[in-house]
Amino acid sequence: MKAHVSTTINQEPVEFLCDPAETLLKVLRDNLGMTGTKEGCGSGDCGACSVMLDGELVCACLVLGVEAEGARIETVEGVASADHLHVIQEKFLEHAALQCGICTPGLIVATKALLAENPNPTEADARYYLAGNLCRCTGYDKIIKAVMDAAETMRQGEAHE
Amino acid sequence: MSEARAFKHIGQRTIRPDGFDKVTGKANYGADMSMPGMIWGAILRSPHAHANILSLDTTRAEASSDVLAVATFQDFPSVNDAAAAAGTLKSSLMETAENILAKNKVLYHGQAVAAVAARTEAAATAALALIDVEYEPLTPVLTIDAAIADDAPLLHPTMMTQGLLEPATEPSNIAARMELKKGDIEAGFAEAEVIVERSYNTPTVHQGYIEPHATVVRFDDNGPSTIWCPTQGHFDVRARVAQLLNLELGQLKVVASEIGGGFGGKTTVYLEPVALILSKKSGRPVKMTMTREDVFRASGPASASQSTIKIGAKMDGTITAMQATLHYEAGAFSGSPMGPGCMTVFTPYDVENLYVEGFDVVVNKPKVAAYRAPGAPQSEFAAEMAVNELAAKIGMDPIDLRLKNAAKEGTQTIYGPKLKVVGLEACLEAAKNSDHYRSSLGEHVGRGLAAGFWFNIGGQSSVIINLNPDGTGTILEGSPDIGGSRASMQMMAAEVLGIAPGKLNPIVADTEHVAYNQTTGGSRTTFATGMAVIEAAESVVDQLKSRAAAMWNVTAEQVEYSDGVAANLAGEDRLSLAEICANAEKTGGQISGTANINARGAGPSFAVHICDVKVDPDTGKTDVVRYTAIQDAGKAIHPSYVEGQFQGGAVQGIGWALNEEYVYSAEGVMENAGFLDYRIPLASDLPPIETIIVEVPNSFHPFGVRGVGETGIVPPLAAVGTAVAEAIGMPVTSLPCSPPKVLELLLSKS
Amino acid sequence: MAALTYHAPTTLDEAISLIANASLPAKVMSGGTDLIIQMQRMLQTDRLIVDVKKIPEMTAATLDEGGLKLGPALCCAKLTRRQDIKALYPGLVEAAYLIGSTQVQGRASVGGNLCNASPAADTIPALIANGAICLVEGTNGRRRVPVEAFVTGVGQNCLEPGEMLASLEIPQPLPRTQDAYLRFIPRTEMDIAVAGAAVSLTLDEDGICTAAKVAIGAVAPTAIVVPDAATALIGSRLDETALTAAAAAASDAANPISDRRGTVAFRRHVVGVLTRRAATLAAERVGALR
Repeated sequence: MKAHVSTTINQEPVEFLCDPAETLLKVLRDNLGMTGTKEGCGSGDCGACSVMLDGELVCACLVLGVEAEGARIETVEGVASADHLHVIQEKFLEHAALQCGICTPGLIVATKALLAENPNPTEADARYYLAGNLCRCTGYDKIIKAVMDAAETMRQGEAHE
Repeated sequence: MSEARAFKHIGQRTIRPDGFDKVTGKANYGADMSMPGMIWGAILRSPHAHANILSLDTTRAEASSDVLAVATFQDFPSVNDAAAAAGTLKSSLMETAENILAKNKVLYHGQAVAAVAARTEAAATAALALIDVEYEPLTPVLTIDAAIADDAPLLHPTMMTQGLLEPATEPSNIAARMELKKGDIEAGFAEAEVIVERSYNTPTVHQGYIEPHATVVRFDDNGPSTIWCPTQGHFDVRARVAQLLNLELGQLKVVASEIGGGFGGKTTVYLEPVALILSKKSGRPVKMTMTREDVFRASGPASASQSTIKIGAKMDGTITAMQATLHYEAGAFSGSPMGPGCMTVFTPYDVENLYVEGFDVVVNKPKVAAYRAPGAPQSEFAAEMAVNELAAKIGMDPIDLRLKNAAKEGTQTIYGPKLKVVGLEACLEAAKNSDHYRSSLGEHVGRGLAAGFWFNIGGQSSVIINLNPDGTGTILEGSPDIGGSRASMQMMAAEVLGIAPGKLNPIVADTEHVAYNQTTGGSRTTFATGMAVIEAAESVVDQLKSRAAAMWNVTAEQVEYSDGVAANLAGEDRLSLAEICANAEKTGGQISGTANINARGAGPSFAVHICDVKVDPDTGKTDVVRYTAIQDAGKAIHPSYVEGQFQGGAVQGIGWALNEEYVYSAEGVMENAGFLDYRIPLASDLPPIETIIVEVPNSFHPFGVRGVGETGIVPPLAAVGTAVAEAIGMPVTSLPCSPPKVLELLLSKS
Repeated sequence: MAALTYHAPTTLDEAISLIANASLPAKVMSGGTDLIIQMQRMLQTDRLIVDVKKIPEMTAATLDEGGLKLGPALCCAKLTRRQDIKALYPGLVEAAYLIGSTQVQGRASVGGNLCNASPAADTIPALIANGAICLVEGTNGRRRVPVEAFVTGVGQNCLEPGEMLASLEIPQPLPRTQDAYLRFIPRTEMDIAVAGAAVSLTLDEDGICTAAKVAIGAVAPTAIVVPDAATALIGSRLDETALTAAAAAASDAANPISDRRGTVAFRRHVVGVLTRRAATLAAERVGALR
């Protein structure tokens, strides 16, 4: 029997029905049509499905859809505002930190989580925090440069406010 | 090209046009598509690595109310090998069909045997249990040595080795032999004062694209059926599916979705024909996806190899002879990249006497597919390791040794042509002068250097550029964009048209909207499709000039066009591209340029990589601590994405060298079919990958482009392997340099 | 198709009642990072999932003079942010930090790691080295089981039907005591331990080891205590002889297998290296205490 779930996704109330065996990833992509969250492995090993669940960075493939009941979920679709990209997104574009782009949504969400937790990471901090986000195209170099630049820009933005 | 040309857009680091959709999650990849009424397909896979199928009974599945369609090999109309032979597609159609749905034998664990479609993904997966298959297990053949042993079980009982000096009389697991030679190899070794000879091996590895294969297919009786899939070549998907299912090309429309990595692995078909069969039978659109496990077990990894290299040289470093014997695993069906492996192995060297012999060997593993410079990393790993051993033996710097013997303009290759102007010497000089190469080494750190070569190809590309009445426009091209090529196309067109790149929207059009394009591969896109874009843009410029001429009542010869503005040479009149477009209605209708080319003159690309590794002497764990990739791009259209290709290739090569490998059980079951235990490099595993772009222009391309996608994966295997050998003071002959192997070498030393 | 029934009780009693009265095979879920994958591989089995993360004490962590009372379902990300806990049990917190990626940390828990009972579980050697006790609750009441007795085999624990792990009690360390956990993996992150070693040490003012506990992981069906390694350390200043003896004791105690992650010889050798390094690190930590 399907479960009825009430949750909040990207600050909006959302209700859905799901089989209790379905993962949050499946629910987001197939039941809700939110395909920005990608599936690369289905086993928590690649990070392409990174989302925020009640303030923690998680793989949506390792969360059951029914666990979303009463939770706050943030996905890549909620990172940019209506009229402009988030600094992290801008920096990924500026630094050519993506090639095929399939890992990018997960990396954007994970980078946002990193910089919320640690606004001034070292390069090693960033590399270890993002170790669960596999990228096969870039060799990570430009990703890390984008993350470090985004961190600096965000710190300056904070300082100016 | 005699002197550097001033460019306005080429060489800039513009924002890629498809980037916005990719950072916001809007870009649609293979599995992101849905269609109204869509159902799901699932595939039953072989539990055996080698077995006869005694019976395959789908009665129970067909009787189930959950199941809307079933597919087996019997659903392929009689496949006609002649049709495949006549086309551009390499492996035989029958083998392709059997690799998609097994006929009467399974040849690897995970091979597709049958498929079902049901209303949900879970229902489809559950319904696989309703298919009854009876197998007769056979002994699996899992290594080259096992496959070529005298009493080896045969995968294909009638397969005769092609390319032997005398026609084969007995069937064998060796599908083909190839021989290439230049000069007199015996005389070359007789001349030598020093000989290096060693055997090497490399494991089965996977391209490791993050996006699993996926497709959504809708069969249509009254018009073209639609195939949506992530592929490097949607035109070749169309051709292959049409051949398999006896359709005309016009009955199929293939839409290339965004593609989440390919590296050569998405140049063939697995799910698409099955989904079309299921869609036709059920009357519903069908979605199919592979799991990550399926991708490892049943897509096309890269060949494991065994190579023996022998090099003869004089004590002054002059190489007098080079010889290679190369074995490549093809997987279950013939067709490893043994050919390009043989052709590339010694190409970085201008040596009089060469001899190369290659073998294509079938084993009970998935049929290999292309992987970035297919065949070259394996053979050039062995050659470069041996060259470095030679350098150490005669006490010569490895760069100096290579410079002394470097391939250059006029070098006769073993595979046919003489090289035109190439950048190997420039790369070696850049390496020698690099900060990295001059830096000193710490404790337990070793340094390795290696060169690499890949041909690059040209081929057919078709492009349409349409301008809008306001001076914006669309570039319709047909080369799936696996790494940012739309940005390059936009920049090249903008350069010719003299307008901002952002005014042009580059689109990878489906098979209905642009003429045939060869698959994205061979590092051909920026070169060949770029040439087509330039030609189409030049055609647009011609039209802009004649339209301006018409408005001024002069001849087109009296109009000059530069920087987006037409000028009347006979007066002061000026018209911008946008102004000409705005008046197009009055001067003959809208403006559009096309180009359909078969590009020749692809420029070979050489690279040199430098790698420092630190080895933990107590555990054998190897960390790359510094890495520099140097490569001749010809001309870097978008330097960031050129660097990105160097870096991505380098890191895939580092993974191949250090930790990646298919681990098999004795039964032929891959034991690490997931990203947990198939260990591709992580962000935390790597230092920054430094890059040096060398630009020795390719005179056959208007802007000097060579193509950069593949060469970068060739040098890392030997650069890392040599660095490990230096760090531990022991020869390295086997990849990956995983900790247990390195520790064993360390312990055997003390 | 198999059906899954999901409950997320808010009290321990409710959870115990659900698992005790279940008509289906029942599984307690905390982070689910192992369980969800296991369930996907057993599609044909109907089962009951009892998610215990909504039970407040299951995700709490309190420190007092008795030590740490750790809610088994507290996710590793939240645990590793607790500097007060890290100061007392740096090795245990590091072990929790080593489980999977940042994303997995956001879900995985020490209790889940323990109950899943993988031979390679990172937190189990660290829990053992710290003398951790499992508080097991069930319909028949409560019992206390040392961690080394809780895990009974590969993927097996001592929980009876109707029982669940309700809390972990980690005693307050003796003065001048610190721990360390080190593991070997081929990459820098993400991998499953090929071998692991946890060491807890007490040093007196002169730097002489007065108490030690050594536990090793991924080299036997369960994590194992190595008393000989502790004996080698006790009474020494962690000099070369003592460290070599401890490493040898760990290697001798190991009973590993060869698999896709490592060979017998490699694991046996490396677990000794890790034991030596973990002992050295723990001693350095004691030295750094004020």
